[in-house]
Amino acid sequence: MSKLDFSAYDSKGFYDEMFDQNNTVRPNYKLFLERLQKMSQRKLNNLQYATDRAQLSLGMTFNVYSDNAGIERILPLDIIPRIIDNTEWTHLEKGLQQRIKALNLFIQDIYNDQKVLKDKIIPKEMIFSSVSYLKELEGFKPPKDIWCHITGSDLIKGGDGQYYVLEDNLRCPSGVSYMLENREILKRTFPELFETLGVKPVYNYTHILRDTLEYLSDDEKPTVVVLTPGIYNSAYFEHSYLAQQMGAELVEGRDLIVKDDVVYMITTNGLKRVDVIYRRVDDEFIDPQVFNKNSLLGTPGLFKAYLKGNVTLVNAPGTGVVDDKAVYAYIPRIIKYYLGEDMILPNVKTYICDEEQDRKYVIENIHNLVIKQTDASGGYGMLIGPKSTKNEQEEFIAKIKHNPRNYIAQPMINLSRVPTIKDDTIEGCHVDLRPYALYGEDIKIIPGALTRVALKKGSIVVNSSQGGGSKDTWVLNS
Amino acid sequence: MLGRVANTIYWMNRYLERAENYARFMDVNFNLSLELPPNEEEQWKPLVVITGDWPLYESLHTKAEKNKIIYFMAFEEQNPNSIYNCIVNARENARSVRTEITKEVWEQINALYYLVKAGSEKKKRNDADLRQFFTEIKNGCQLLYGMYDATISRTEGWNFAKLGQFIERADKTSRVLDVKYYFLLSSPNKVGSTLDLIQWAALLKSVSAYDMYRKKHGKLTSSSIAEFLILDREFPRSILNCLIRAEQSIITLSGSSSGFSNSAQKQLGALKAQLEYVDIDDIIIQGIHEYLDDIQLKLNGISTAIYEAFFAIEVTH
Repeated sequence: MSKLDFSAYDSKGFYDEMFDQNNTVRPNYKLFLERLQKMSQRKLNNLQYATDRAQLSLGMTFNVYSDNAGIERILPLDIIPRIIDNTEWTHLEKGLQQRIKALNLFIQDIYNDQKVLKDKIIPKEMIFSSVSYLKELEGFKPPKDIWCHITGSDLIKGGDGQYYVLEDNLRCPSGVSYMLENREILKRTFPELFETLGVKPVYNYTHILRDTLEYLSDDEKPTVVVLTPGIYNSAYFEHSYLAQQMGAELVEGRDLIVKDDVVYMITTNGLKRVDVIYRRVDDEFIDPQVFNKNSLLGTPGLFKAYLKGNVTLVNAPGTGVVDDKAVYAYIPRIIKYYLGEDMILPNVKTYICDEEQDRKYVIENIHNLVIKQTDASGGYGMLIGPKSTKNEQEEFIAKIKHNPRNYIAQPMINLSRVPTIKDDTIEGCHVDLRPYALYGEDIKIIPGALTRVALKKGSIVVNSSQGGGSKDTWVLNS
Repeated sequence: MLGRVANTIYWMNRYLERAENYARFMDVNFNLSLELPPNEEEQWKPLVVITGDWPLYESLHTKAEKNKIIYFMAFEEQNPNSIYNCIVNARENARSVRTEITKEVWEQINALYYLVKAGSEKKKRNDADLRQFFTEIKNGCQLLYGMYDATISRTEGWNFAKLGQFIERADKTSRVLDVKYYFLLSSPNKVGSTLDLIQWAALLKSVSAYDMYRKKHGKLTSSSIAEFLILDREFPRSILNCLIRAEQSIITLSGSSSGFSNSAQKQLGALKAQLEYVDIDDIIIQGIHEYLDDIQLKLNGISTAIYEAFFAIEVTH
């Protein structure tokens, strides 16, 4: 049986994580490649097949919103990992810590003193017009002044080999269970490599998560729960996984009740007080008395109990204002303003359609730009200029003119690639990187990440809802 | 434990027990049909009657045919009690109480789901495939019971699981006995004939009771068989044994063993006591069918009372 051969692998045109332009392996992949080359394509395909089976038997499935209920999909895990050396990781770690620290100060400020607005660092209309800005929170400070306890920023690496932050995801970032389960699966796939390479472990994520949640309560043994929309939510696997790994109760809105502004869960032995809620339900749906009146996912009275300090919500409501893609453009200035530092991890250049000059540029250059809706996520509501038709472009121009506040534009970034198994060959597929940060006593970045990969040929959309897959991410000790 | 979660665990275990029972009923019937004169209606209709879903079957099909009945009980999506639906429901329940069960149990329920899904998607099924399928369902469920007992702590959740399992099992044993007994006593075969013996043995095998029955009673007689399946204290599928074990769980859950602290405990204790102090001749005089019918009604009453006592907690705002 012939061994794997990378001589025909195409590493040109984009930054490839494994090979340089001359097809010479990069140092962080050297040992891994040596191991791969001892293997036949068939053996590799067998390992890949075993991985798909393992995901099914673990029940790592999700429903895509547009699909009929009952159709379950796995997020395909490609077994060739993304490997990051320690130097690169340390840089990422520092950059993320800086960013999260500044963003947390920013959120506290806009709901309290609003200094950043008074000093005109960011236009106040920009904040007040954001659909995620919650007026109800003005004057409120959460326990320990922490708003964004859990972050899963999306990073990309451009053709220049530099990391950029694409989105901050301060609301309910998902995917961490895939980081953890992918690792468990790959440890079975390449057991010997973990020893030789010295890969940093990620298993303690759920322990740190529990500590982070408990830290927020003054109670010595607080009752911590995970609030899920239920089994039909696409991330339900993750909700139950995290609850189970943390030893927390997994509740739905209907399991909770608020009496005298205190939150209880309904148990077989009566009511039990709840102290900390890691909620995976969006702000809009947590309390029908305050927000979406039709929400069946929430619990009436929950928000008032929160404002009174009788329960802690994680992440805090109102953090979504940072996820507004127009606010994103101001983050370099926000970091400078609060920390007096230059930003370590750069943003992607962003054009704000609400600003006249930018808008003009965007409309003229729409075929070269990526247009995004400021309040959307998950790869929905976007236009990829270079891959769009004239009609689609016209449609977006009309949308932009009609509601400029709702759109931003960014240059098309050539996402870096990692070799990926495609049937009987290996080809470079575009990837992004979502590391996870936990903000408790300090800000911890777990040394690993979910690497999402665009499996459709040539595609740069990595979202699971749009045909993306995942890779395990190995951070090396050296 | 959350009331919703307790209810879900209870039903998850009822569904699993139901699926396993159906698989066994069909497997035994299959075996039996090979040795009897061909008469599809006579051989297969009682199976659907046992499950209580004959009216639904009649609304879908004009007559009792072997293949249709097998499909109806194993895969029919419109039949809420088909093996397929039981496993799908059990898995959905397991998913929503994932934090209460272990990785072993979850993965095994998941494996059962893929088994039943593959079975239902098959275009053609020959008899050997089907028997293999029933065996795999049966084995898969029993493996699951073992995992449940070997990996889950004896806390509230486990007791709700056992409560669901034993109430379902008692119900199924009573139903299979009810229908088969009636059918056998009214059959034209001479009592004691070869055909008759095969049928009585099949009844025992439908509830995995053949070996233990032979060990205890030796000879196959209708009254000993009825006695064994209703009143035996030691056999794990007899109605009384199921009630004894269900009561142990409800006592733990209610927190009191003297008297009763809720209606579910009261009704369960009363039914158990009734079976402890009756003998088989009394039952035969009253009429087996009437007696079993009454047991089934009481089991339904107990299930409702469990719901009211533990799952539907009234909350005053």
